[in-house]
Amino acid sequence: MSESSQQMSVVGEVLLRRRTVIEPSKRRFYLNLSGIWEYRELLLFLAWRDLKTRYAQTAIGFAWAIIQPVAMMLLFTLVFSNFAKLPSDGVPYPLFVYAGLLPWGYFARSLDKSSFSMVAESNLISKVYFPRIVVPISATLVGLIDFAISFLLLLVMMAFYGVMPSWEILLIPVFLLLTMITSLAVSLWLAALFVRFRDIAAAMPLVTQIWMFATPVVYPASLVPDQWKWLNSLNPMAGVIEGFRWALLKTPPPSLETMGITVALVSALLLLGMSYFNRMERKFADVI
Amino acid sequence: MSNITIRAEHLSKMYMISVTKDAPDSSLAECVNEGAKKLFTLRSSLNTQRLVKEELWPVKDVSFEIRAGEVVGIIGRNGAGKSTLLKILSRITEPTSGRAEIFGRVGTLLEVGTGFHPELTGRENIYLSGIILGMTKAEIDKKFDEIVEFAGIAKFIDTPVKRYSSGMYVRLAFAVGAHLEPEILIVDEVLAVGDSQFQKKCLDKMKDIGEHGRTVLFVSHNMQAVMRLCDRVIMLDKGRVLHDGPAHEVVKTYLNAGFGASPAREWADPSNAPGGEVARLRAARVKAEDGKVAEVLDIRRPFTIEMEYEVLTPGYVLAPHFHLVDDEGTLIFITLDLDPEWRRQVRPVGHYVSRVEIPGNLLTEGTVFVGCHCITLAPDLVQFAASEAIAFQIVDNHDGDSSRGDYVGTMPGAVRPLLTWRTQLVGSVASEPSNIG
Repeated sequence: MSESSQQMSVVGEVLLRRRTVIEPSKRRFYLNLSGIWEYRELLLFLAWRDLKTRYAQTAIGFAWAIIQPVAMMLLFTLVFSNFAKLPSDGVPYPLFVYAGLLPWGYFARSLDKSSFSMVAESNLISKVYFPRIVVPISATLVGLIDFAISFLLLLVMMAFYGVMPSWEILLIPVFLLLTMITSLAVSLWLAALFVRFRDIAAAMPLVTQIWMFATPVVYPASLVPDQWKWLNSLNPMAGVIEGFRWALLKTPPPSLETMGITVALVSALLLLGMSYFNRMERKFADVI
Repeated sequence: MSNITIRAEHLSKMYMISVTKDAPDSSLAECVNEGAKKLFTLRSSLNTQRLVKEELWPVKDVSFEIRAGEVVGIIGRNGAGKSTLLKILSRITEPTSGRAEIFGRVGTLLEVGTGFHPELTGRENIYLSGIILGMTKAEIDKKFDEIVEFAGIAKFIDTPVKRYSSGMYVRLAFAVGAHLEPEILIVDEVLAVGDSQFQKKCLDKMKDIGEHGRTVLFVSHNMQAVMRLCDRVIMLDKGRVLHDGPAHEVVKTYLNAGFGASPAREWADPSNAPGGEVARLRAARVKAEDGKVAEVLDIRRPFTIEMEYEVLTPGYVLAPHFHLVDDEGTLIFITLDLDPEWRRQVRPVGHYVSRVEIPGNLLTEGTVFVGCHCITLAPDLVQFAASEAIAFQIVDNHDGDSSRGDYVGTMPGAVRPLLTWRTQLVGSVASEPSNIG
């Protein structure tokens, strides 16, 4: 290439360069969807890294993804079915509780992981720019692998108990998506608050525990007294888990009303959460 | 159409820090730490000390324009705001006021090995770190072999980096950074690591980036590197732009202003001056050919080192001398006062100046520290020994008439004399011995 044409290409490049303005931002509502899209490779690579390194130097690796829910299932079956004789909508209790533990486990792990994720990545955050929101998003993606592995076991258990899936099983992705969105919505708030208030770390295990027992995971939704039903419909995870069980085990479906409230609630929580996170993002590098 | 790539207008950044009223002199780090501690013991501290919120402006009203292809150094003392400025320009932190416009993709290298994970292999880390630094996977695929070759770790590419030596780790990490090809590269002091050979390689790579019409912003304390790499230098002090101009001028100003090691020193208070019963040191200076105190000296030009001292007791023969030491502490040589006028002569009481001229093309590039010493002869008694009293820098401008000729790489060695070479063509190429019989 000759000198002059090289010059030309440099000039051409300058004309095509994209312009970034750096100034104190004033936008109150800001989703930055284009930023997330632009950094999608980073998002996936962060998730890939977490998967790759999570079970590094463990002897049985991904088997842990199954051991955890299975152990919980056995424990809950022993305590709530054998001792407490809880009903389970006519489904064998182990199957019933395992089907509830899958979405719940995914939700709880995502919450735990993403709320810590900003602090865990503090080094990256203080050294390089990217839309910070990809960190909690990638943290919620990682759990999908564990979910998939334990879901396979669920299918095996269904075959064992002779429960045949029907067309409703096709709705599982919808409920999974709803679980992801719920996780992300709550995570964004927690992650942003965590940067400022490390109290979240102390409060998290307690809150998750209480939340689990407030959600029909170990007991059927039909057990909830009528005067508390409204509270259940304000709990997005309640609708999600009921829906999950219905799609797989044909337990009574959540009412359309409940699902409507859930979807509306979660959408609002997500959009506000994204905006709150993005607003806080500007201060992360200074505070973290 | 202008080819401006960065335009900063009145950029400022403010932090609120908590300080206790009764410790106004403590360092910033202490203040911040104290502030954090006080939060946890707020109740007890309320009784004794008052926490006061104070504004801190690491960057204040900074404006400049940078064009495509410029390699700009940013220098200044610790706390001058260099790093904060880079963080604003790379969007890691937001300015409190002012604005900047950036035209092009920005790559930031604020540390070596951003995003590296010890459990992952070299190969995996190249991808991870590359993507974190802003490359796309397709770009990394294309550059992968080049990166591995640059780092020189091909054999260990599938070994987890936690098993790497620190040298290998740094080489791989920098190799990834060096192959970023953004239109604007922002680099902070990452060259402070690695062996000198590799540093040189990195500098060349950055220079190369600048020559391809890209913009480089380079923060460093290493004036050698700044001089070699940058055309233009911005000097910050207390968050403001103090100087902005051609690299050698600003670096000279910086060094002469005593921001680095000082080329001149005086002991104004005799009671603090180094000295014994017979003689006492009062001042030391390095002067360029023009007779002015100078920190930066051209490798090709002679210069003068001088010391001022007082003789307090008459009747002794004195031997003032200088120790020249390089920045690794190696003694390059000692030079002793041989002025015939005072040789073997006892000295009367008085104020003396002794000067020595150091020829050009003797010392090698780098920082040289000067120790000022004086002993009496017979009996040999040390009067003063002020090591590293002053310092200066020898720089090579690469014009081709110094001893490095046209070679631009690292030239080790304690001295760098310009010697006469003669090379002749003396015959034809010997033929290969062939098999006879």
